[in-house]
Amino acid sequence: MTRTMKNDARVGWAFAFPALAAIVLVAVFPIVWTGWESLHLDDLRMPWLGRRFVGFDNYEEALSSARFWSAMAHAAVFTIVAVAIELVGGLVLALMMDRVSRGRGLIRTAVLLPWAMPTVVVALLWRFMFESPAGVVNGALARAGVVPPTWFADATAAWVPLILADVWKMTPFVAVLLLAGLQNIDRSLYDAARIDGAGWIRQLMEITLPLLKPALLVAFIFRALDAFRVFDLIYVMTAGGPGTATEPIALYTFSRLLQTLRFGFGSALSVIVFTVSFVFALMCISFLGRGALVERAS
Amino acid sequence: MTSRRVWPALGTVFAVILVLIPLYWMLISSFTPDARLFGAPALVPRALVLDHYRALFGGRGFWTPIRNSLIVAGATTVLSVVLGALCAYSLARLPFRGRGAVLAFVLAVSMFPQISIVPPLYLVLRGLRLINTYPGLVLPYLTFAMPLTIWLLVGFFRQLPVELEQAASMDGAGRLRTLWEIVLPLAWPGLATTAILTFLYCWNEFLFALSFTLGPERYTVPVAIALFRGQYQVPWGEILAAAVVATAPVAAIVLVAQRRIVASLTAGAVVG
Repeated sequence: MTRTMKNDARVGWAFAFPALAAIVLVAVFPIVWTGWESLHLDDLRMPWLGRRFVGFDNYEEALSSARFWSAMAHAAVFTIVAVAIELVGGLVLALMMDRVSRGRGLIRTAVLLPWAMPTVVVALLWRFMFESPAGVVNGALARAGVVPPTWFADATAAWVPLILADVWKMTPFVAVLLLAGLQNIDRSLYDAARIDGAGWIRQLMEITLPLLKPALLVAFIFRALDAFRVFDLIYVMTAGGPGTATEPIALYTFSRLLQTLRFGFGSALSVIVFTVSFVFALMCISFLGRGALVERAS
Repeated sequence: MTSRRVWPALGTVFAVILVLIPLYWMLISSFTPDARLFGAPALVPRALVLDHYRALFGGRGFWTPIRNSLIVAGATTVLSVVLGALCAYSLARLPFRGRGAVLAFVLAVSMFPQISIVPPLYLVLRGLRLINTYPGLVLPYLTFAMPLTIWLLVGFFRQLPVELEQAASMDGAGRLRTLWEIVLPLAWPGLATTAILTFLYCWNEFLFALSFTLGPERYTVPVAIALFRGQYQVPWGEILAAAVVATAPVAAIVLVAQRRIVASLTAGAVVG
């Protein structure tokens, strides 16, 4: 018996090895390299300067740059606003979908479509809807007697289509995740509550929300990590503009790397994005209780 | 009592309509002649033309990005499902130490921000002369495709009854044979769903494709669409036609596999 178990362990590692090696090679090793690169001056446009070790100079430059801080703030504000709307909207939608018994397949298909579409397409579609002077959005506003702002030339108004597009794309997805959580709740709890005379608000506050908390937290972590690194949507819809008014940190990093080719400085920004995401995820997981996310591992 | 059923149904219908309006608008606009494209929206269009699609596949040569996307997404999917199935089977079934740590590690990698590994990947691919090539996209795509396939497949393998495998191993079948002859035939719905989701992620991917390609001959569909903007004015008609073309396979996949997609997503995110 012990021999087969030993053998199984060996086979287990052998089976897992190719995939794990691939992950280490294409993901872990590059992360370490980014860290090392971030300590260098490496300007691909000026190769004659060579690749010089400069310690933490790149980080100092980043942390003392106004554009860096506003890019961080843009990413944070986008995350907070979009994820808050998506979680509340997703919860409401899930609660409603839970009560609907007919046409589930059709609803699921409709609701999954925006999530499954390329983000690039979503960005262009929403840009088109807001840009067209008599189109869906501006036409409706004009009929309601509101003068629409010039959406993409206004530093504040430009956030509206960005956030609406993200909400449109991701709220249904959050709803689908939460719906699965709702369906795991034991129905007899509601029957018992009804017998006790609890109305739906009390049922929501005392049964649904507490039991849905793990699903809500998981949805929150995934959405927040995703929204903080937002790139595709903003690159395509506003390109960070007008000026740099909607530029999030991922877009700033990308432009330092592949437009100005300052790889050392860009790597320092990459490391900062990685660290912020990582610390945030760790905080959430420790808040969740270690079990919830890696339950499967046991 | 009836209002308890009516309001959720009405609300759901309203939400579905909100989801569908932009899609409908995209579809009819892509068939609307340029002159009317920015006119007042009409629920039922007056004239539908194929001009934009003709320009897209004629002058633009949109076949090229479609071919590039199919090759890159297809190759990434095959590679990561094959390697991922081996790894996931081992994580789901074989008792070896460090299994939990490996799963946690895979999950952690799946949360890596893509932008954080763009600089070294760019430098490595440039060094290997793989910028603007298919392998130069497939390799970076493994960073998200591998963890995704492993994570989904572990869930699927765990749901399979273990008795058949035990019987096979009693008969003296090795692990690899058991996997090939017993587990994989049973797991094909899971493998298919995993492959579909991996393909979707690759089809939609933008940042790596933008970073590691240089010209239209290697652009994938999202990059090609994003860089459409003409020199003097935005060719909205063609952009919308391309958007419809890029969405069509996605819509087909969702239509056919929605139940399985939801099941695997929720198994991965909520139970996980």
